[in-house]
Amino acid sequence: MSGGGLAPADGGAPPGIRIDGTLRFGGGAGGAFDLPDLGLTLEAGAWTCLLGPSGVGKSTLLRLIAGLEAGGRLEGRIAASDAAPLSGRIAYMAQTDLLVPWLDVLGNVTLGARLRGEAVDRARAEALVARVGLAGRTMAKPGALSGGQRQRVALARTLMEDRPVALLDEPFSALDARTRAEMQELSWELLAGRTVLMVTHEPAEAARLGHAVWLMTEDGLAAAPVPSAPPIRDGGARETLEAGAALLATLRAPRGSPARA
Amino acid sequence: MTVLWRALPAAVGMLVVWQAVVSLTGVTPFILPGPFKVAEELWSSRALIAENAVITALQVLMGMVLGSLLGGITALGLASSPRVARMVLPGLVLSQAVPFFALAPILALWLGFGMASKVAMAVLIIFFPVTSAFYDGLRRTDPGLLDLAEVMGAGPRAVLWRLRLPAALPAFASGLRLAAVYAPIGAVIGEWVGGASGGLGYLMLLANGRAKVDLMFAGLIVLALFTVALYAVVNRGAQRLERWAEGR
Repeated sequence: MSGGGLAPADGGAPPGIRIDGTLRFGGGAGGAFDLPDLGLTLEAGAWTCLLGPSGVGKSTLLRLIAGLEAGGRLEGRIAASDAAPLSGRIAYMAQTDLLVPWLDVLGNVTLGARLRGEAVDRARAEALVARVGLAGRTMAKPGALSGGQRQRVALARTLMEDRPVALLDEPFSALDARTRAEMQELSWELLAGRTVLMVTHEPAEAARLGHAVWLMTEDGLAAAPVPSAPPIRDGGARETLEAGAALLATLRAPRGSPARA
Repeated sequence: MTVLWRALPAAVGMLVVWQAVVSLTGVTPFILPGPFKVAEELWSSRALIAENAVITALQVLMGMVLGSLLGGITALGLASSPRVARMVLPGLVLSQAVPFFALAPILALWLGFGMASKVAMAVLIIFFPVTSAFYDGLRRTDPGLLDLAEVMGAGPRAVLWRLRLPAALPAFASGLRLAAVYAPIGAVIGEWVGGASGGLGYLMLLANGRAKVDLMFAGLIVLALFTVALYAVVNRGAQRLERWAEGR
């Protein structure tokens, strides 16, 4: 295990993922509607952002990839580039930290192994906790941590799972601006080399982090242009700001307008 | 113990009102004895009262332990299988339509006039509150946490034992608090209706029949004090469970 035991070890090479077909939402508060011709591609080992307004079905799509019960169903297929099943190769990070209040930091980071009844690699867990900047807080309960610290623990837990694919569902949206920027950088660095899908409603975040950005609106799903510089990009750089602004403009464009095609 | 201290002013107030009613109306002692008269009786009959209080206390404690265990296991069983829950729950709710007081004579017939029928009565009374509170808690695990566990590849048993059960402990604690208040009622009803040869309920019934109202009140006070003490102890344990589950 190089890099302090942080690099992907036995999870295997990260696969690319392609989602084809029609996403159908039945009834509910939003009424029934379909998103046809998805064609969402997640490049292997790259960071893909799925950007869109709330309620358009971004999380539903992410949950379908994760194999979770979702508010809609996919008529089509989700396939990995290596043709192997995705189950067991995914780590999941949600908007809320989902820390277990009665376990300490170390207990939360090693939750996956505990739930599967596997031996806990304590040394690796401690290294990860230190890596997210919480060395010395391994015995702290989540209630004693700040929102940013809690999300760091959630990140360490995600890394501890050591899966080649990471699905992030608006993981930073509840954080304040400074903490969010720090968490973006830390996550980007630590998840590098994995196939990452991050759902977000923040154009600037997508412009900063995405190797690729997909725009999801009521009109459907489309790849959006990204700055030429590789991520993680300087959030204050002109090109990043312009890309964020362009994404926002597309989000705000009227339904069915050519800007969204 | 803070619960007891907070109840002190109310208790003193009740005693004052009681004495005032007796003094002002001049009611005869065999209808309503004053608190001093009752205190006197409490002291002079202390051996008799203590002997019977021990019996009731044992019945209540056994009922508490058995009823909580049974309720806890039932709730876990219901939570472990939605199919079992669908089949068993309606019956459980229906059983609450049965007036348990009416069962006391039958319990005595089945289990005898000894302590067993009274313990069974206490168990019957606390079983449902404990089961339903705990089961509710087991069903209300943070859905996000369950999603996380699913993606992590956790089996349903591990999820139940390591996530749902600990997360439901505060709800179980609420059930135990209810049980602490109901269990003495169950035991005393068992003594009243189911035939008994000992216990505070038996003593009160006996005293009432012989127009020894002061002794009846003395028994009642001891019973009330015991219930408050039981609640205080259980409440303490319940708070510990809550603090643990909330990581405090």
